[in-house]
Amino acid sequence: MSLQHFEEATFDAAVNAAPLAMVDFWADWCGPCKIVGPVVESIAAQYDGKVLVGKVNVDDEPELAARFGVMSIPTIVFLKNGAEFDRKVGVMPADAFTAVLDANL
Amino acid sequence: MPYEVLVIGGGPAGLSAAVNVRARGRSVLVVSNPLQENPLWKAERVDNYLGLPGLSGAELLQTLRRHAEDAGAAFREGRVLNAMPMGDDWFVSVGSDMENAKAVILAAGVARAKKFPGEAEYLGKGVSYCATCDGMLYRGKPVAVLGYSDGAKHEAEFLSSIRCSVTYFDRPKDCVIEGGAKVERVTCNGETVPVDCVFILRPALAPTDVFPNIAVENGYVAVNRKMATNLPGVFAAGDCTGGPLQVSKAAGEGLIAGQSAAAYVAELARKKA
Repeated sequence: MSLQHFEEATFDAAVNAAPLAMVDFWADWCGPCKIVGPVVESIAAQYDGKVLVGKVNVDDEPELAARFGVMSIPTIVFLKNGAEFDRKVGVMPADAFTAVLDANL
Repeated sequence: MPYEVLVIGGGPAGLSAAVNVRARGRSVLVVSNPLQENPLWKAERVDNYLGLPGLSGAELLQTLRRHAEDAGAAFREGRVLNAMPMGDDWFVSVGSDMENAKAVILAAGVARAKKFPGEAEYLGKGVSYCATCDGMLYRGKPVAVLGYSDGAKHEAEFLSSIRCSVTYFDRPKDCVIEGGAKVERVTCNGETVPVDCVFILRPALAPTDVFPNIAVENGYVAVNRKMATNLPGVFAAGDCTGGPLQVSKAAGEGLIAGQSAAAYVAELARKKA
């Protein structure tokens, strides 16, 4: 499955059905998000078929950002069947994210 | 647009680095605050810069800047928040945008401020260094701005414009950030304000915040004789590597860093060929 762009209406059904998901909360006006963006894209390709990888634009989806208590972007949230079990805040190299995925696959 | 070398800082070290990268025929972008915010700008008279005694700090900075412009360096105003390697590239965030380069020269001067109690603990949990990034998450909520540059006032105005309720502290010296799981209040100069977020806007971030794994010694960036840091493709020059905090030393280190960065870029290209 390639990189998903979530909206509030489709978010719950998608992540609830996924044994493992990784969601990048981001926005256009955020320079650090632009660094993490390509990292998330490459992880989506690398874990294709194993992990649901998606993005939530906090500008378009403020309700989702509020529900997850996103206080700084980029924030990457990890979920199992819709339940959050870990999150990473700020710019980090790819292996910070893949380590979480590999430990939970 | 990608550059071969990106220089963080537009003082004597950064400008000298840029001139010397250009002398090696490589493209270079200098990211910096406005010249007027450089600490040297306020120096009334600099008497120990070889061959050019008696200039004011402002005159000297303008002369150095003109030299770098004439040499073909590109310039961009802004504050660098993060840098991260990806393959052979360095991705560097500048405000709400991003640049990339093969090599980076850190010449951002000394981060003079010590962190406030609570600052590191609550980073990402109600402490932010980027108003344009995180402001939207605090629409309609009380926030504080601790401003240490002229640009900080503009960022505070931006926060007000998106309906944050802003308390502005102008260059406060003693602040404490407190809360539970996230920030609940900040106290500056004895005044306590309940807030959801504290934006700390200094002229430059600490090197260890921009480059999470950069090696430091006694609070300064650790470099070798080539001005190389422990990170491949990252060089440092000027006050950020330690004293004496003087223009000649900064310009000399900038020269070495510029040449080393250009050599690094050439070596990368050779490996790829």
